[in-house]
Amino acid sequence: MAIKVMLPAAFTRHTDGRKQLDSSAANLPALLTEIDATFPALSTQIKDEQGKLRKFINIYINDEDIRFLGGDAYAFQDGDEVMLIPSIAGGRS
Amino acid sequence: MIEPLSARREIDSPMNYSCTAYELKCNECGKRYGNRPLSGCPDCLAPLEVVYDLDSARGEFTRDAIARGPASIWRYARLLPVPEGFQPDLPVGFTPLLRANNLGKRIGASNLYVKNDAVCFPTLSFKDRVVSVALANARKFGFATVGCSSTGNLANSVAAQAARLGIKACILVPADLEPAKILNTLVYGARLVRIDGNYDHVNRLCTLIADEYNWGFVNVNLRPYYAEGSKTVGYEIAEQLGWRLPDNVVIPMAGGSLIRKVRKAFNELIYLGLVAKPARPVRFFGAQATGCSPISVAVKNGAADIIPQRPNTIARSLAIGNPADGSAAAKMIREDGGWAEDVSDIEIMSGIQELAETEGIFTETAGGVTTAVVARLYAHGRIRPDETTVVCITGNGLKTTDAIAGRYDHIDARAIRPRLADFDAYLRELDGVAEPVLAAAGD
Repeated sequence: MAIKVMLPAAFTRHTDGRKQLDSSAANLPALLTEIDATFPALSTQIKDEQGKLRKFINIYINDEDIRFLGGDAYAFQDGDEVMLIPSIAGGRS
Repeated sequence: MIEPLSARREIDSPMNYSCTAYELKCNECGKRYGNRPLSGCPDCLAPLEVVYDLDSARGEFTRDAIARGPASIWRYARLLPVPEGFQPDLPVGFTPLLRANNLGKRIGASNLYVKNDAVCFPTLSFKDRVVSVALANARKFGFATVGCSSTGNLANSVAAQAARLGIKACILVPADLEPAKILNTLVYGARLVRIDGNYDHVNRLCTLIADEYNWGFVNVNLRPYYAEGSKTVGYEIAEQLGWRLPDNVVIPMAGGSLIRKVRKAFNELIYLGLVAKPARPVRFFGAQATGCSPISVAVKNGAADIIPQRPNTIARSLAIGNPADGSAAAKMIREDGGWAEDVSDIEIMSGIQELAETEGIFTETAGGVTTAVVARLYAHGRIRPDETTVVCITGNGLKTTDAIAGRYDHIDARAIRPRLADFDAYLRELDGVAEPVLAAAGD
């Protein structure tokens, strides 16, 4: 089982410029543990002092917010594209 | 409230510009970034806020000085993040604050006002305010192309103001946008890209584009400046009430930014002594559509975090399912004793009609939301009849006519011959009267 992890440019200063990572993590907690080990600086950027994912990060699975799929409990599927992206406030009235 | 600028962090970005009056500061970690295009804190990713040296504005940001200024938002330029030497071009804002006696009678309010941004210049929504501040910075930063993610009002305003300034514009919108808002963007010569997805998808894409292209996205990497334009709604309300604050303000919520910025404006006015500090804090009431009500739900549940929703409402201009300012907006609403409500699509349509029939103001769906919510707040006793309450109408109904067109299908569309007898007969038929009612001589 393999997934692709997509990162915006804002995170690539901690990944040697890589915008795409391959992973075999089974779910989001496992993926974050992988990031802890592989890219500790990125981990510091996306997690707060308590080790929790910062509230200003959104996680998308194939264009769907992971919170609509069950959040941490969602089991990654083979070929899933996982995107970590800072949230930006909306622009509408 | 006092924000000394001595702790400014040096930034090596070539787009950085120096300014002694204001700079960017992270809402969470407190780091300062000078002035440069940034969508959020590079370290902790939290939203950035423009902070001012308010004490240096004393003696300059006064009632008299403001009164001598132009009849536009630029009369408040001293507390807006516009670069030194900026010469305003367009007379944006300073829209009417109208006493709404007729609407008040219907809903049981004796001291009701409407802040009417449905007639904001140049594109008939409050977005003209934020865009004008954003584009002042876009020019300073040297962007040749600007853009935005939008469901209409913002698209219209960016396209129009970019055209005026001679800057290229690239606008991204959900593919199902109302035809009038598409036309009102294309007419200015902007490049418009339809995205197969909802607004949250569009906004996410714009975040990625802003990373890769050297473009100024008004609601992404220019967002901290852009959002400050909303403060002018608060300044104007206070000034138009005779330099006093209302008891309550009712504001539509999408991203949750406008309601926070109006409160920021009131706090600045209090700090600088332009208005008296009220005995009780101004209460803010947020309005959403039930089909997209993440902030309203959070307020009602007393929740610290926003639970995202998939939008499903005719009020597309409020349909942000995952509002990044939502948590902060819900928190401030509760802190000041306010509340939030959400209304159905049928109530939204009725709200549009009610405002039009009572006050002669044709608002878009967002205004229908706000009007319907106001009625409910009075009906539920959340607002007392005699309290001074301002309702913010943020957009024009001509842009969302499709939302209510079906409500007039029952109107007789027959044409009659241009004859008085036919007209008399037609009126009798409509009124169910057997004989014509003739006017007496002299009437």
